[in-house]
Amino acid sequence: MSQDARNPTRWISPDAGNAPSLLVATLHSVWGLFNGFLEWFGDLGLFAWQVIRAAVRRPFEGRELLRQFDELGSKSLPVVALAGAAIGFVLSLESRSSLVRFGAKSMLPAALVYSIIHETGPIVTGLVVCGRVGAGIGAELGSMKVTEQIDAIEASGVNPYKFLAFTRIVACILVLPLLTLAADFFGVLFGWIAETLVEPVSFLRFVNQGFVGAGFNDFLAPTFRTVFFGLIIGTIGCFQGMRTQGGTAGVGLSATSSVVLSSLFVILADVFLVKFILVFFS
Amino acid sequence: MRGSEPAVLLAEESPTTSAAETSRGKAHAPAVVLRGLHKSFGSQVVLDGVNLTVASGETLAVLGRSGTGKSVLLKLIIGLQQPGSGSILINGQEIAGLSLEAMNEIRKKMGFLFQHAALYDSLTVEQNIAFPLTRHTKMTPSEQRNRVQELLASVGMEADLQKMPSDLSGGMQKRVGLARALALEPGILLLDEPTAGLDPITSCEIDQLILKLQDEHEVASIVVTHDLLSAKTIADRVALLHQGKVLIEGTYQELENSQDEFVSEFMKRDS
Repeated sequence: MSQDARNPTRWISPDAGNAPSLLVATLHSVWGLFNGFLEWFGDLGLFAWQVIRAAVRRPFEGRELLRQFDELGSKSLPVVALAGAAIGFVLSLESRSSLVRFGAKSMLPAALVYSIIHETGPIVTGLVVCGRVGAGIGAELGSMKVTEQIDAIEASGVNPYKFLAFTRIVACILVLPLLTLAADFFGVLFGWIAETLVEPVSFLRFVNQGFVGAGFNDFLAPTFRTVFFGLIIGTIGCFQGMRTQGGTAGVGLSATSSVVLSSLFVILADVFLVKFILVFFS
Repeated sequence: MRGSEPAVLLAEESPTTSAAETSRGKAHAPAVVLRGLHKSFGSQVVLDGVNLTVASGETLAVLGRSGTGKSVLLKLIIGLQQPGSGSILINGQEIAGLSLEAMNEIRKKMGFLFQHAALYDSLTVEQNIAFPLTRHTKMTPSEQRNRVQELLASVGMEADLQKMPSDLSGGMQKRVGLARALALEPGILLLDEPTAGLDPITSCEIDQLILKLQDEHEVASIVVTHDLLSAKTIADRVALLHQGKVLIEGTYQELENSQDEFVSEFMKRDS
């Protein structure tokens, strides 16, 4: 008989004796994560307070705000338009086959317009801006932080929370609804193009059929919920950028975390805001 | 070489030497007074009771080994970091507990040259130097441009107005950083390694510029440096930081003649 066969504890994992210490280690790491999460929220709250305090005092940095409006808005337009166009095209093609199967082909324009202005346009715009602007803000401010440019702004008697953060957050808040309109427009336009390729129909007729039964609230509330997306993207991007530590690795981490966190919070906000809109605007 | 006060070896907590007299024998009010300044990062004590006074029109060179808290000292003075304890008086005003707005008013009277210049990399050289002018003065754009050109000429970079910081060498960036620090004609100048990375001729020009500012505008300067030749040229007094304290303070000559083993070795070996 082998040594293992004679040993009654041979089938027990070698780690079994360390179970209590493994449990403690696991609990410790879970607590560490939870603690880090709370600490992050606390720091975010302090950051938001600094920005709000800075926002109500002169000067209002109008020139920098305009520059950011151009930087974050105009330069995001092509990618948002492209994303909207792609979604509209695909939605039209995918919906068509389903609607034909149920004999509801004539509902295609309405289904497409309703789906784009209610959900697809706002959320796609939010996520695309998270990727482009969130990463941009996180990397730019992170780079400024590690090269002491933010310190230099502060040392010259200018409040960086106003000059850097407030202007970017306000620009994000203002451009998101406008970009959403662009995504909606290109979504509907390319939805029509996809439909026309299969069965020619005039754009005017397509739009008329699409907006049948759609009220002002169908359009207004979903579009303006992107104001909250802008607030989230701007705040998280600036916060992650301005708390960057370390060198280039820190800058990369800030850019990545800005995108991941802002995308996550935009999706969460979308869930709550959809429910809110359904309750108060339907 | 400048200065005439006797060196004081400050091994333990002791009152700072008076800085009311410069090399020209004039009495001046203290512009910067540090008393019992402590600063730690976690368990690492960086400054452990620093006492220093710098008068208007005086230049103090702060020497010390790398990592002894020289740059931290400058950042405490301009309020970018908060001390653990101790007092910082700028033109007689205690800066601890000041509101951001009040601190910004004080900062407008101070110029800061960062160790790596810290130029705003999305702005041109002209926009970098005009940054404080745009925000804190009522100059017209043409007045700002004239002032920027004047400042750039003083650091020998008048031809580089429209260049981006990324197009400049390290030494050129530092000169632009110095021009930016001087934009608002500050009464207090904090210079972190102003001649590091510069060729000997440019270093000499920067030294001459600091001396000129000192003579013409009675600027109080604190210069953190490893460049002993520069310290010898521009400083009225020299303070040597060691283990979080001012180990010795006096004229350059007095530090050179010190019998203290560390001071003696530092003055001979550091460069």
